[in-house]
Amino acid sequence: MREETLATRAQPEDARGVAIVYAENYLNKLSGERIERECRNGLEDGCHALVINFKQTTIVNSIGVSILLGVIDAVERRGARLVFANVNHHTIKLFDLLGLSRHVALAENVEAAFAILEDFDAAPTPHGH
Amino acid sequence: MPDRMRKLLHAFAALADLGEEIADTSDFVEMVQSSLHVVLGALAIRRGAVAEHHPDAGHLKVVATRGIGDAPIAPVAIDAAAVETLGAGGAICFHVNSSDVPSSMAHRLGEQLETLCTGMRVELLMPLVVHGELVGVILLGGKASDEPFTAEDCETVRALARHIGVGIYNHRLLREIASRATENERLYGELRGLYSDTVRAFAAAIDCKDKYTQGHSERVGKYSEIIAREMGWSDQEVEGIAVAGYLHDIGKLVVDRDIINAPYKIDAKQSSELNRHPAAGYDILAPINHPYADIPLMARYHHERIDGRGYPDGLTGDQIPLGAKIITLADSFDAMTTDRPYKTRRRFDAVVDDLRRNTGKQFEAIVVVAFCRALLKEVNGETRVRHFTRLLGKDYLDGEQAAPLLIQLIHELETGAPHAAAGGA
Repeated sequence: MREETLATRAQPEDARGVAIVYAENYLNKLSGERIERECRNGLEDGCHALVINFKQTTIVNSIGVSILLGVIDAVERRGARLVFANVNHHTIKLFDLLGLSRHVALAENVEAAFAILEDFDAAPTPHGH
Repeated sequence: MPDRMRKLLHAFAALADLGEEIADTSDFVEMVQSSLHVVLGALAIRRGAVAEHHPDAGHLKVVATRGIGDAPIAPVAIDAAAVETLGAGGAICFHVNSSDVPSSMAHRLGEQLETLCTGMRVELLMPLVVHGELVGVILLGGKASDEPFTAEDCETVRALARHIGVGIYNHRLLREIASRATENERLYGELRGLYSDTVRAFAAAIDCKDKYTQGHSERVGKYSEIIAREMGWSDQEVEGIAVAGYLHDIGKLVVDRDIINAPYKIDAKQSSELNRHPAAGYDILAPINHPYADIPLMARYHHERIDGRGYPDGLTGDQIPLGAKIITLADSFDAMTTDRPYKTRRRFDAVVDDLRRNTGKQFEAIVVVAFCRALLKEVNGETRVRHFTRLLGKDYLDGEQAAPLLIQLIHELETGAPHAAAGGA
């Protein structure tokens, strides 16, 4: 297994303060808790955006869904942003059905995820700053 | 694949996930937390909690939460009416904040539970009912889709709740069994203590009858315990032999006190009367259901000899139980090392000579060796507890003199040949 498939400690990838967290093949309780921990660590370390890369992920089970909802909550509470990248078709359908897609942006790949985040940054805030 | 089918498959997979989590009973809170994850993940619900019902305390205690912060939640009082409401008819979905639920629901759930539901923005409350008994509730907030719960959603939660309820119920049973086992262990300990105290009281009563051998029974019990432990007996067996030592002379209770206390060598008739005590002891002890094996037999046979010249049955060698052989040696050693009405106690070297002469006749060699080894460990300072010194008095044993005597006897008994260093000893 390649190292990048593991959810290693999230660090800001660049000056924009974006961390990438890598999900494993099967997103269940064990791997999900690790992702959640890494996301929370990333937020505490000052990241203002997280990208979870699902490139290696084929299945997300019920506990995985619950954990991702917890990540969404944590990101929202911090006023940060979250993008899911490289989500496979089957999982996208599941996220759509369950309503996760309403709370998180989906990107085809990590580059697209960064582009989405840049668009967020470029967009005027509700107060016009 | 149609969306409905996809949702159903996800719920079905959640049920399988739940089975795996509930099967792990090692950590109750972890099991409940994982179960809550499964329910939330099955329908993508953003917050929820599972509370266990404690009927004795009359409250619901929150075991696991998700999405409602980390602040501890105090137990929620729940009255009999609410328990009845939630428990009657098995699992029922309550759309707590739904407009079609009558406002009387708050009254039926009780004020505290209603307050909790309001604070958590609960939209669905699912009781966990097993065998008609309320074991807990699942409190669920809104779905990530912001859509209202459907009848199918309720069925999904109901199916999951049934399993979670069984998981909690089984854990409660395990907890009760563990609690009862602890209580039984405590009661058993108390009974053992009571038995031990009773045995000691009997030993004191036996020794009171013989004014010259005060403490004899207790010492025989202690010596027997030391020998058995040296021979590698289990703790249970060691406890048993100690009790047998305490009670070995119980038959003396039926022997005339004047014979026991005669300050002279007793005649044949008196000796015959005295020799009744092992069989009498057996008769006294046999009807009692002792927690240890063979206590009556050890009392009966403690004056048997392996050469067959003992009493009451004239048994030989292996016919005599090993425990009785241990008591025999302990009894004789104490008799030789304590003052009697007609003779003072023997010097230690004379005692060792007696053991040497009578091993194979009165005493079993392996028992004598074990006894000598235990004593040798103490005189050599290998043991922290000084049993022999306490039982014999600190002036009786001279370590420097005793050690070579013991080493020599052990060597002779183990090899069958006199020790090279023995010389003319």
